[in-house]
Amino acid sequence: MNLADAAAQFTELLLALLLAPLLTGWVNQCRSWLQNRSAPGLLQPYRVLAKLFEKEVVLAHNASPLFRAAPYLIFGCLALSAAIVPTLATGLPLNAAADAIALVGLLAVARFFIALAGMDIGTAFGTLGARREMLVGFLAEPALLMVLFTASLISQSSSLSTIVDVLGHREFAIYPSMAFAGVAFTIVSLAENARIPVDNPATHLELTMIHEAMILEYSGRHLAMMEWASSLKLFVYSCMGLALFFPFGIARGGDWLGIVLALPVLVAKLAVGGAALALIEILSAKMRIFRAPEFLGTAFLLAVLAMLVHVLLEA
Amino acid sequence: MLQHYGPQLINLLAAVLLLLAFAMLSQRRILSLINLFAAQGAVLCVATVLVASVTGQSHLYWSAGVTLLLKVLLLPWILHRLIRRLNVKWDVETLLNIPTTMLVGIVLVILAFNLAAPISQLAGTVTRSTLGIAMASVLLSFLMMITRSKAVPQVVGFLSMENGLFFAATAAVYGMPMVVELGIALDVLVASLILGVFLFQIRERFDSVDTRHLEKLKEH
Repeated sequence: MNLADAAAQFTELLLALLLAPLLTGWVNQCRSWLQNRSAPGLLQPYRVLAKLFEKEVVLAHNASPLFRAAPYLIFGCLALSAAIVPTLATGLPLNAAADAIALVGLLAVARFFIALAGMDIGTAFGTLGARREMLVGFLAEPALLMVLFTASLISQSSSLSTIVDVLGHREFAIYPSMAFAGVAFTIVSLAENARIPVDNPATHLELTMIHEAMILEYSGRHLAMMEWASSLKLFVYSCMGLALFFPFGIARGGDWLGIVLALPVLVAKLAVGGAALALIEILSAKMRIFRAPEFLGTAFLLAVLAMLVHVLLEA
Repeated sequence: MLQHYGPQLINLLAAVLLLLAFAMLSQRRILSLINLFAAQGAVLCVATVLVASVTGQSHLYWSAGVTLLLKVLLLPWILHRLIRRLNVKWDVETLLNIPTTMLVGIVLVILAFNLAAPISQLAGTVTRSTLGIAMASVLLSFLMMITRSKAVPQVVGFLSMENGLFFAATAAVYGMPMVVELGIALDVLVASLILGVFLFQIRERFDSVDTRHLEKLKEH
């Protein structure tokens, strides 16, 4: 590991931390436009974060140390996964830290802590949210793993960095299996990021909320960390999707010119992806929580089909 | 260009056909089911045109034309009219648990892929690898006919099974002879008309198009 690689890795991490709230803001803005509302500014998430960091923390009397540590743990997990997913360049030092399977594990650790924190205070809402989150999570995880396995079968490696290298730098070919995997991945990321068909990020209506119910007890800088972490999660999933399905423009490690050129490409891809996400959210209705297993079951089915189709058509 | 990407595009369309077969299997609304059937016909038509242009088999263009006319335009129109007249447009069917059906569907797909593998190795066509998908869509349509209780989805299942058979013929031997194809097309058309009449009779008799009523031999 040399200094240049470390610098590139640091840039990538910093960029992820800074761009994540912007992506959330962009999705909100697109959604407002599509709903014919006047949009909040693009920088609104930054203002919210700044406001929350200034506010004092109000803790429940029976909050355990875990409750206070959880926001930092969750933020740390997601920041690490943002550094592992190749956004600008492949072959960076941290890319080797975890392959695709360990990355899913890392995201599961974040989910574990957020669910524990939700139950920590002992209010009904937190427990309800945590249970629902675990329901969604345990159904989404196998589907996500299957999607990653499909990409691994094509590129003969489970490391995301190698997958991007193989998929992005070979001659253009149509992979029907990746089309299936893409649909499955979209469903999984909608569910994991608490977006509309499964959860509504803009509501505090008690009967429907999942993610918001778990962080209801947080305030001040803890809440800021949680909000930032959920922006980061959206960013990580978007970048994972882009790396798997649109890996063009991601530079190889050490190629500084490539890294500089990769930045506008990444921003453009994220802008299109965010607009697409807003469009999906506009066009679909929030489904009942008991329909979520079926929705995620479909994702699993599609991912398994992707593997089968790969074996049949591409092997 | 076409020679290079043609087979890949055919593979992609085959995968879309499989996807649509699963979508039909999981669909609860009868109206969406018919739209999916029309979409399946459209994909089949495009795939046939592609096979025709890649292999230079000009009679496949005619098959594609027949597919377009019959399965994308005429049959969906007849079915739409049928459900409007029967007033079952928004019927939400209660049937077997959908996730279970899907799991059975996956097993069927694995079975079909295994069955087709030795046959595709013998075939010399560019489309040989899609034979497994064609067989899988036939089996999935079968499954749909078995698991549905209302008559209209059963008819749609029957029609989509013909789609699968047609694709299998294209995949294995570049389509059937024109006479056979026209005969089958006519059969399907007549079958859907007769089934339409049949459905009206069922409804007249039982006030519903649930075929479970037909299982009883006697009236009370």
